[in-house]
Amino acid sequence: MADGSKVLDVAGVSKRFGDLEVLSDISFQVDKGETVCVLGPSGSGKSTLLRCINWLERPDAGQVYLNGMQVGINGAGVVMNDRELSQIRTRIGMVFQHFALWPHLTVLQNLMEAPIQVQRRPKAEVRDEALALLSKVGLLEKQNAFPAKLSGGQKQRVGIARALAMRPDLLLFDEPTSALDPELVGEVLLVMRDLAREGRTMVIVTHEMAFAREAATRILFLDRGRVIESAAPDRFFAHPETERARQFVQRYAGDTAGQQWQRLGKRT
Amino acid sequence: MIHDFGIVWDERSLLLSGLANTTILSVLSAAAALLLGFVVTPALMSKRRPVAWAARGFVDGMRCVPFLLFAYIIYYGFPSLGVRLDNWTSGLLALTIYNAAYMAEILRGAWAAQPREPIEAGTAFGFSEVRLFRRLILPPLLLAAGPVIGNQMIQIIKDSAFLTIIALPELTHAASSIQSRHYVPFAAFITAVFLYWGLCLVIEAGVSSIGRVADARR
Repeated sequence: MADGSKVLDVAGVSKRFGDLEVLSDISFQVDKGETVCVLGPSGSGKSTLLRCINWLERPDAGQVYLNGMQVGINGAGVVMNDRELSQIRTRIGMVFQHFALWPHLTVLQNLMEAPIQVQRRPKAEVRDEALALLSKVGLLEKQNAFPAKLSGGQKQRVGIARALAMRPDLLLFDEPTSALDPELVGEVLLVMRDLAREGRTMVIVTHEMAFAREAATRILFLDRGRVIESAAPDRFFAHPETERARQFVQRYAGDTAGQQWQRLGKRT
Repeated sequence: MIHDFGIVWDERSLLLSGLANTTILSVLSAAAALLLGFVVTPALMSKRRPVAWAARGFVDGMRCVPFLLFAYIIYYGFPSLGVRLDNWTSGLLALTIYNAAYMAEILRGAWAAQPREPIEAGTAFGFSEVRLFRRLILPPLLLAAGPVIGNQMIQIIKDSAFLTIIALPELTHAASSIQSRHYVPFAAFITAVFLYWGLCLVIEAGVSSIGRVADARR
């Protein structure tokens, strides 16, 4: 059943695409202020799991609760209509692998679009908040630029600020640095680390092991659509319990982007 | 020769009303064709086979029929099916339906080339389907398709000249009545050509301003 004290409660979620079972009976909970990093080999279902949380993919079985309220199924027990689903989605911010910024809008307009159009908040308030968020991610001077004129790292920082502008209860990150050139990874991870330190509630799918080790409060390790480990990062990286996780940790131990993150981390 | 152009000048009110009618015909049918295109495009891209086939049949059919023949069918052919339309209705209908096929194909191409993720982001950020389309799908689509849509509008203006055969008082019709009344074919027709050209220049100016907006975002 739903536990109201948890921001996110994923209960027995399964999803299959045709014959392929992508997620099988996934359950986990996220407390307020937690940063959960979801790790696992590619094809293990990490992205699909995130997309099931906000019902971009509709789970075949199981439930998702956000602050005790079920996502996708309304009080009457039927699948939510467009408006109900939209309302609950505004409380879940999402950051995409390929940034997914709206190309026809400026950076500032990208941040203001959903709070004004969907949440119907007053424009002046949204604007002030959006400017504050841009200065937080270090892009205030780019407020009138169009996304196409930004570097990948800048785009992703706008993507993060855009998600924050919704004042979400939960932030989902879908491989936020995978599409970036190695030298641009650090600036995005630094922003994410600051959010973790502030106590934002986040679920992050990533391949940045060094980041996960430092910023996560917990690691979920997915393999073939199942959660096979759930542990504090120190424990997960030092003493993985399963053979699959052990192999995975060893393979990623020396990745270059991770090393760069460590250098950046030491400098700040 | 100067004298001939003097005759055309004396008949300028006829030419100008022809130009006005050509403009009205073109603008109305271009807008209607674009709207109709937005209905046909999702059908072209539909996962339901019969729907996609029907839409594809319409588009390919229209693109293979000469416009003049199509206008004949609607004005002269439909009455034998019991549908009698006046020349304005027939002309508008012919231009609209014929060009909707082209608009649909233009929009389909631009739509298919749009990246999927920004649209998905709209869904994830709580945009309902209608608002998603209006705010996040349509504007980039029109920016991307703008130049080709402008090109098609020029085609529509030129196609509208065929409607002189159903006695629609548009620009070509006005020019040809001036020439038959005064026997000044060169002066009458060349004046009409320049007026068509002017109309197309206006469209091109519109297209290039859309292009500037789009370029800033690329």
